[in-house]
Amino acid sequence: MSKINVKNKDIAVPGEVLAVGMESFPGIGTYREGENIVASRLGLVQLDGRTIKLILLSGRYIPKRGDTIICKVIDVGFSGWRLETNGPYSAMLSMKDATSQFIARGADLTQFYDLGDQIVCSITNVTSQKLVDVTMKGPGLRKLSGGRIIEVSSNKVPRIIGKQGSMVSMIKDATKCNITVGQNGLVWIDGSPEDELLAITTIRKIEEESHLSGLTDKIKEFLDKNKKTQKTDK
Amino acid sequence: MNNQIRTHIIKLFNSDRRLDGRKLTEYRKVDVQLNATSTAEGSARVKIGETDVIAGIKTEVMEPYPDSPSEGSIMVGVELLPLSSPDFESGPPSARAVELARIVDRGIRESKCLDFKSLCIKEGEKIWMVIIDVCIINDAGNLFDAAALAAIAALKSMRFPEYKDDKIDYKKKTDKGLELKDLPIEVTVIKIGDKFIVDADSEEEKAIDARLTVASLSDGTLCAMQKGGDFPLTDEDICKMVEIGIEKAKELRKLVK
Amino acid sequence: MAYKERLNGRKFDETRKIEAKAGVIPRADGSAMFKIGNTWAYAAVYGPRNLHPKFLQDPSKGILRCNYNMMPFSSSGDRVRPGSSRRSKEISLVTEKALLPVLDLSEYPNSVVDVFIEFPQTEAGSRCAGICAAAMALADAGLAMKDLVAAVSVGRVDDKLLVDLDYNEEAYEEGPVADIPIAMSPNYGKVTLLQMDGLISKEQLKKVIEMGKKACKDIYEVQKKALKDRYKI
Repeated sequence: MSKINVKNKDIAVPGEVLAVGMESFPGIGTYREGENIVASRLGLVQLDGRTIKLILLSGRYIPKRGDTIICKVIDVGFSGWRLETNGPYSAMLSMKDATSQFIARGADLTQFYDLGDQIVCSITNVTSQKLVDVTMKGPGLRKLSGGRIIEVSSNKVPRIIGKQGSMVSMIKDATKCNITVGQNGLVWIDGSPEDELLAITTIRKIEEESHLSGLTDKIKEFLDKNKKTQKTDK
Repeated sequence: MNNQIRTHIIKLFNSDRRLDGRKLTEYRKVDVQLNATSTAEGSARVKIGETDVIAGIKTEVMEPYPDSPSEGSIMVGVELLPLSSPDFESGPPSARAVELARIVDRGIRESKCLDFKSLCIKEGEKIWMVIIDVCIINDAGNLFDAAALAAIAALKSMRFPEYKDDKIDYKKKTDKGLELKDLPIEVTVIKIGDKFIVDADSEEEKAIDARLTVASLSDGTLCAMQKGGDFPLTDEDICKMVEIGIEKAKELRKLVK
Repeated sequence: MAYKERLNGRKFDETRKIEAKAGVIPRADGSAMFKIGNTWAYAAVYGPRNLHPKFLQDPSKGILRCNYNMMPFSSSGDRVRPGSSRRSKEISLVTEKALLPVLDLSEYPNSVVDVFIEFPQTEAGSRCAGICAAAMALADAGLAMKDLVAAVSVGRVDDKLLVDLDYNEEAYEEGPVADIPIAMSPNYGKVTLLQMDGLISKEQLKKVIEMGKKACKDIYEVQKKALKDRYKI
């Protein structure tokens, strides 16, 4: 029989032996060393049947095909745009993926996307050497205007979005802000000054407490409480 | 070039708000801790919000400069450690680090709060050189005010090591400190659009039009200034900024006393 | 006269008091503080991030760069001149080699992971403290690591073998001294840094490395706790 040294939601540190025995399997963030299953990252233990895996708590954004991300235009070339992805690798948006409009040869591409513009795009391809292609064709993909962008840990994005977007919808409803969450850890928020602040505080709270159980209820409570105090302030 | 964050900051300013909810001339929480490191002859750690700096003082004995045989001197260095921000690189001090060090230096030197004659050991032969180094641990904006505040606080906590037979014994600290006649305090006032703020954070620093660092004494006398940023200032701008600088310095001075 | 008792009153296998904390530098991707006695290290990790100039890039994996630096006021003697020295360059290099064996950067081709180690205050054993802080900062940055790395100096003073020499012991004049900084992956007991200054017999060396292994395991427990505490609410 395997001996499991940890339980769900424990925090594991690299080198820590999580389980001994061949009946357990190593999942994400772990590896097998002889009989042992050992943590290879700082993360939250998740026991999934016989698999032991870790939910990562930190780390920079590494691009994945299919991710919807928020990028900043950092260069405009002959045939496309170079984008900053909030990670070690930049992305390319080519003319044909930028718009369905006809772009004449030699046209000034800044009329579509200018330097410094923030855009929501989707990753279509990532090579083994981390060359990244993105497209603007798809629902919700657009240039962002107004609002502000905050940075969160990209590992916490799934919790901020919630199951089927439930968490982010709750924040949107409570704060009446427009919010777009990029999988690269950038979150765009647009609303009134007070509402934006409440949305940001809430997102920071989710980030900090993402590994605790009952998060949705806690956040709901937090939003209800702070909505009220805001009203009585006025 | 689209500078979205600037547009947003200005929009907020019109309702007297900032990105983090502060009022325009409100500092983040400022914390001053004296004697932050034991190897220095004097030191202070200053936190302004998440900005975190340490100033430490070492003393050396040297020959006086020929033009001032009976005066000791001070030297200020600022290290923009690459540990403190993804924007800083290893290597020789950047122009930014040098500017920062020189502003801190002038704020102290020109205030005349420190009598350089008191740093003389033997006229024409030996003087104390007081070297203040400010190291940035975390840069979350407003390094000017944090570095200057840490430097003056470190000076206040400084104790000379023993000096005997032409040698410094760093192991033995005396109880002799520096006499500071006043506390010069630097406040950096920032102009974005047509509004003025103090204690800009890293986001706001990306959007500044002009900055004016104002060093002042407790009676409101100015003792050093430095304008920065790419845009010019009008006379009225300068008057307003100086006024804010002097007013805010009073708040900060209390934290060092 | 033999070295009967340690000048500092510690037991021969006892380290100075250790404190550690993770996540101390908000701007960094990972960071940690490690204090042992009067030696106090900060480490910050930035990356994986874009690497320039391009010829330094490795298309098969990310590279690691370490930078060891003493703050100008961190020595109890004269001021340390800012900028790199021959000493700091060498220590940066051995630090890099001490950390690399546990680190897996294969997921990040062409990029760099920078580790900056800084000391506000030092009194012997700074490279070991720096390595301890750096290993924690790398873990805090979420990078893949087979194990952490713990480091301590061991050595001899006169006829005694001991752990974590302080300044007075390094400077002991009444008998031979050897100062041996070692780093190891605590769960595998493999040595990743080994340097020595002084005189020692090979039998003594064998024994003293054993002592170092035990001390590194204890240090690992402190590192582990600090990393776990970061996420405790």
